[in-house]
Amino acid sequence: MRVRRLAAWTALPLAVTLGLTACGSGSGGSGGTDPNAAVRIEIAEPQHLVPTNTNETSGSQVLAALFSPLVDYDDANQAYEVAAESVTSEDNITWTIKLKDGYTFHNGEPVTADNYIDAWNYGAYAPNGQGSSYFFEKIAGYEDLQGETPTAQTLSGLEKVDDLTFNVTLSAPYSGFRTMLGYNAFYPLPKAAFSEPGVLDEGYEQAPIGQGPFKMKGTWQHDARVEVERYDAFPGEQPKVAGVEFRIYQQPAAAYADVLSDNLDVIKAIPTENLSTAPTDLGDRFQTSPGSSFQFLSFPTYQEEFSNPDARKAISMAIDREEITKAVFKDSQTPARSFVSPVVAGYRENTIGDAGTFDPAKAKALYESAGGPSQIEISYNGDGGHKDWVDATCNQLKANLDVACVGSAEPKFSDLLTKVKAEQPVGLFRMGWVMDYPSMENYLGPLYSSNGSSNFYGYENPEFDKLVAEGTAAASEEEAIAKYQQAEELLAEDMPVIPLRYGQNVFGHSSKVTNVELDLFNRVDLLKIEAVQ
Amino acid sequence: MVRFILRRLLQMVLAFFGTTLIVYALMFAGQGDPIQALAGERPVTEAQRAYLTEKFHLDRTGIDGFFYRYFDYIRNLLQGDLGESLTGRQIGDILAAAWPVTIKLALIAMTVTVLVGVTAGVLAGIRRASIFDNSTLLLTLVVLAVPTIVLAPIAQYLLGVRWQLFPPTAGADPDFYALLLPGIVLGSLSLATALRLTRTSVAENLRADYVRTARSKGLVKRRIVGIHVLRNSLIPVVTFLGVELGNLMGGAIITEGVFNIPGVGFNLFRAIRTEDGPLVVGIVSVLVVVYLIANLVVDVLYAVLDPRIRYE
Repeated sequence: MRVRRLAAWTALPLAVTLGLTACGSGSGGSGGTDPNAAVRIEIAEPQHLVPTNTNETSGSQVLAALFSPLVDYDDANQAYEVAAESVTSEDNITWTIKLKDGYTFHNGEPVTADNYIDAWNYGAYAPNGQGSSYFFEKIAGYEDLQGETPTAQTLSGLEKVDDLTFNVTLSAPYSGFRTMLGYNAFYPLPKAAFSEPGVLDEGYEQAPIGQGPFKMKGTWQHDARVEVERYDAFPGEQPKVAGVEFRIYQQPAAAYADVLSDNLDVIKAIPTENLSTAPTDLGDRFQTSPGSSFQFLSFPTYQEEFSNPDARKAISMAIDREEITKAVFKDSQTPARSFVSPVVAGYRENTIGDAGTFDPAKAKALYESAGGPSQIEISYNGDGGHKDWVDATCNQLKANLDVACVGSAEPKFSDLLTKVKAEQPVGLFRMGWVMDYPSMENYLGPLYSSNGSSNFYGYENPEFDKLVAEGTAAASEEEAIAKYQQAEELLAEDMPVIPLRYGQNVFGHSSKVTNVELDLFNRVDLLKIEAVQ
Repeated sequence: MVRFILRRLLQMVLAFFGTTLIVYALMFAGQGDPIQALAGERPVTEAQRAYLTEKFHLDRTGIDGFFYRYFDYIRNLLQGDLGESLTGRQIGDILAAAWPVTIKLALIAMTVTVLVGVTAGVLAGIRRASIFDNSTLLLTLVVLAVPTIVLAPIAQYLLGVRWQLFPPTAGADPDFYALLLPGIVLGSLSLATALRLTRTSVAENLRADYVRTARSKGLVKRRIVGIHVLRNSLIPVVTFLGVELGNLMGGAIITEGVFNIPGVGFNLFRAIRTEDGPLVVGIVSVLVVVYLIANLVVDVLYAVLDPRIRYE
């Protein structure tokens, strides 16, 4: 009896396996593509699916299926109109946005200027607590919507002209406004999204209605999946697949195992621990494309020992960036020697000059003459896989500068920031930046301006602030870039941070899909991806 | 017996409030900046910070703030409202979605443990020092020595990716077959322990006086082992299994992560990582109840297995 039970136990998996192999051998690849198939793409659980409250890649990937942006970016990362017919301005203050005719929301409502105005007003209104509200801060009247009891409910800078045209008045001239409009905070919302004017319907987020190439199929299955299907009434370029299942994973390693066995079609970022085997595992299905992320080490200004720019340059000079990108990152990231990413217009290589050239002897001499501290600490967040490269960097500094160097881990980035805000000694600390829209300003403004949102280290240079402000107010993008480049040169002199690496999209796909492309925001291009028959 | 169960249930109420207080206090004390943790490395807007601070009373700190927030939590809890997570989802909904799959997984793990562990343990106990006994000893030592964090990815890679015997991940609403591999991995640790425990217990009882008596009375061996020895040997095993069931429900963080099963462990891990205080406390409170009930069931089972044990 007991033996028979054991035998049955072992026989069960065997039988099922035989069944599985029988099923598997049924499909033969014929090489064509199948427009009626759905593809499966890995995401993490989105935090929100309301356009003005979504600022992480997973949510933004889902919204990219459901919505069509006013502008998108071409291969040269220049903006071109998609849902907008034109975005024009004479003076860079008042912008006229004309919409293309024929767009409808998935519930049948035609898309009008009101949908944009309502959505943006909702996003900017502080009591709604939207994560991307700062995108509207350049629009006139934004200040009146802030604080605990705002004096206004709508942005005074938004004005409807007719059903397909509206004017946006900015509080100061900004030539890059058109480029900004590609971000998902600028998507429209249908009337059906609001239960009453200015109040978002509670259920909207569970099944967002957009005007994009795909519509929701069912609702958002939390922790499991979000499914979308082709929206046939979409007037723009139609996708080449019938639908997309965004499958939710908590650990990229699990998604990677699924891609290897064709249970999942696209993994958008191959986990670091699989990077060494991925090229052999996946062959030509292992791919890289430019990304916008920028990794750097920053010096808190309250730590006086690093106040001499020469000491900061010497540390930069003592780091062998190539060795780290090769040994630790298996070339999945590239060395950085400028303060903005190569994907934006106006980028120039090696703006930090000598400070970016690995030269241990010179570095040591400069460090000693600048009176750099004999002990260096590099703080990082322990949950992001940063230990390896921080330790490698420390070892290089130890060897090349003859200093003691320790990497110290904080549990989370927020813990690191709490310490920095309290001005506790953390030494150097690591930071990363991913752009919101392709512009030099999106790196320079938030990271190095005195009041920049991510300038946690407290860098202040009035000259720099002035140049960035002039760039923002410049009449044309060329003039703006010239100003931004001058501003970047100031950074090279001051070295408030050490540029280390640029990220790339390092992704893989199954044998069931082709034409997989990732954009600068780590999103799969859903209009290009195709399913293999 | 009824009085015993009633008394235990009353104690459970106290234990429940005590543990939630401790868990709440730990979360409160260990909390850094949950709003920044939610945003990761992105800057947090003033509007968002103000909104979340007000919604979750995050500005109430210190002893007063702690009791204010704890009693607020308990008041809602007594009305059946577990509250909202920091991302605005109802914790009740999250748990309702997470529990079924975790329970399924735990039951599969438990079945594997009982079927394989206890059966093999009895066999090894009867044939002490045989090849079977020695090989199971070796195998269980290996399993006990390899932590789940190593075992799970290896099993996934070999059985799921390389040989394609099982689906590599289970995903949401999986079928029985997809849960089998994670179940076996999850159960392997308790399987090894259960096997060693059963084996020792059976081997010991086989030498007991009552077995010699039964044998001299001429009872067949199957009856001696099947009825008398097994029943006495299972008492420590049942204790172990009862506690283990509680562990399996809450301790599947690694297994659920590796096999992408959105269960309780999966959510607990995310909640801890994003400093989602309300969600952590919500999950742990329910886990406490599971442990308490599992313990009560074990105690009641004692009496069933061994008539000498009486409860008043």
